[in-house]
Amino acid sequence: MRYVMFVCDNDSVGVPMEDADPAAWVREMDGRGVRLQGARLRPGSDATTVRVRGDEVLLSDGPFAETKEQIGGFDLIECDNLDEAIEIASKHPSARFGWVEVRPLWEE
Amino acid sequence: MTAEVEAAVAEAFHQEWGRVVATLIRVTGDWDLAEECAQEAFTLALERWPRDGLPGRPGAWLTTTARNRAVDRLRRRSTEAAKLREVAATAAVEASEDDAFGAGDSGVQDDRLRLIFTCCHPALPLEARVALTLRTLTGMTTAEIARAFLVTEATMAKRLVRAKGKISNAGIPYRVPPAHLLPERTGSVLAVLYLLFNEGYSASTGSDLVRWDLCAEAIRLARLLARLMPDEPEAYGLLALMLLHHSRRATRVDAAGGLVTLERQDRTRWNRGEIDEGVAVLEAALRHDRAGPYQLQAAIAACHATAADAADTDWTRIAELYRQLVRVVPSPIVRLNQAVAVAMADGPAAGLELVETLHASGALTGYHLLPATRADLLRRLGRRAEAARAYREALDLAPTEAERRYLADRLAETVPGGGD
Repeated sequence: MRYVMFVCDNDSVGVPMEDADPAAWVREMDGRGVRLQGARLRPGSDATTVRVRGDEVLLSDGPFAETKEQIGGFDLIECDNLDEAIEIASKHPSARFGWVEVRPLWEE
Repeated sequence: MTAEVEAAVAEAFHQEWGRVVATLIRVTGDWDLAEECAQEAFTLALERWPRDGLPGRPGAWLTTTARNRAVDRLRRRSTEAAKLREVAATAAVEASEDDAFGAGDSGVQDDRLRLIFTCCHPALPLEARVALTLRTLTGMTTAEIARAFLVTEATMAKRLVRAKGKISNAGIPYRVPPAHLLPERTGSVLAVLYLLFNEGYSASTGSDLVRWDLCAEAIRLARLLARLMPDEPEAYGLLALMLLHHSRRATRVDAAGGLVTLERQDRTRWNRGEIDEGVAVLEAALRHDRAGPYQLQAAIAACHATAADAADTDWTRIAELYRQLVRVVPSPIVRLNQAVAVAMADGPAAGLELVETLHASGALTGYHLLPATRADLLRRLGRRAEAARAYREALDLAPTEAERRYLADRLAETVPGGGD
C-alpha cells in the first residue's frame, strides 16, 4: 500500500539542526526501497492559499490554518501495511519534535 | 422438533459465531462480506438442519457453508477474480483440515485472537475497539452493543462502519502483532476480554442474567493471551480474576433464576479446581511485583473464594486492596465497591459515608447499584424509610429481571407489604 507522510514541525521550538536532520532516515528508507518520493517544503510564510468562491479567486498570504504547527515536508512511501508505515514514520526525526501524519492514498 | 433444531442453531450461534466470522475475515479480508456470509450460513442451518438432521460438527458445517457463500459472492463480482482464486484455493486446502476441526486450537494462530488484536489496533479509537470486538466476536447486534454502551444505535452503527472502513482503507493488518508491538496493544486487549467476560457474567440486556458461553470464551482467550505473553503479569491477573469469578457460577443464580448474593451462596458448590487454578495463576503473577488493576481485583476475588464461609471473609484485607485499586483505577464503580468493603470491615456507617460522597458527586447517576448499595447500608443502620426509598429508586433502574426480583425481595423485607 502507498501512504503519504505529512511531516509536521512546530516552528516555535528550536531544535538542534543535527537532531532534526532527516538525511539518515532518507538513506535508510531509500535503501529499504519503501520511500518512493519526498521533499522538504519552504516555510508557511512562503505559502499562498487559494480559494474560489463564485467567480472570484481569493488569495491569502500564508497557510489557511492559523497554527504554529506546519507541514514541513512530505514523503510518499510504499509498504505492506499500516504497522510498517507506522514503524517508518516513527523513525523520522520530526516525529520526536513534531509529529507525522500517515495517510493512505486513495487506491482502488 | 423445530424448537429443538432452533435451540441447536442458537447454541451453535453462541459457540461458533466468532470462529466462523474470524476464519472468513482471514480468508476473504473483507469484514462485511465475512459477517454477511456467516449470517447466511446460520440462516441456511435453520432451513437445512430440520430436514437433514444436525451435522456432526456444526462449527465445521457453518464455516464451510459460509466460505462457499463467500466464493459465490466473489464469483458474482467478476472484478475480483484474483481474490476469488485465492479464497477458492484456501478453501480447497482447508477443506482437508476441517477433519481436524475442534481438535484443539493452535495457540497464536487462533483466528479469534487475531481478530481481537486487529480490532484493538491503537490506530482505532478506544470505544470503537471494544465495540468492534464484541460485534465481530460475539455476534451481538449493533442495537445490543449500543445499549451496553449507552449510545444510540445510529451512533454505534456509525462507529462500527468507520472502524471497519479504517481497517481496510488504512491497511491495518489482520494478525496478532509481532512481539515488540504486543505491549502497546495489551491494555486494550485485556479490557476487551474483561468486557466480554462481564457481558456474559452480567448480561447488560435481556432476561438472562448470564451467558456462560461468553464467559467461557473470554477465559479461553485470556489463557491463550497469557501463554502468548509470559512476561505480562496483568494477562495472568486477568485470567485469575475470570477463573475466580467463574468458580462461583453454579451458586450465583437460584433455581428460579433469582440473584444470590455472595454471602448467601452455597460455598460447597463453588468450583474448587477453578479456585485453585485462579489462586495459583494469581500468585505467579504477583511474583513479578507489578500489581496492576487485574491482579488487585483477582486478589480481592481470591479473598472471597478462599474464605471458609461468609463470616470468615478477611474484609480488612479486602478494604486495603480496594484502597490500592482506587489509586490505580479511580473510577466511581471501584469507589462504590470500596464503600461496600469498608462497610464490611469498619461498619455500615463508614461505608455509607463513602457512598453519600459518591451520590453527591453525581458520577453514577442512573446506575442501579448505587441506590441498591445505599439502600442496603441504610437498612443495616435501621433507617428503614430511607432504605425503602433507595430500593425503589434502584428497582426503577435495574436492567435485568433477576436483579429486579432481588431488589423487590429486599424491599419487601425492609417494608413488609411495601413491595408495591
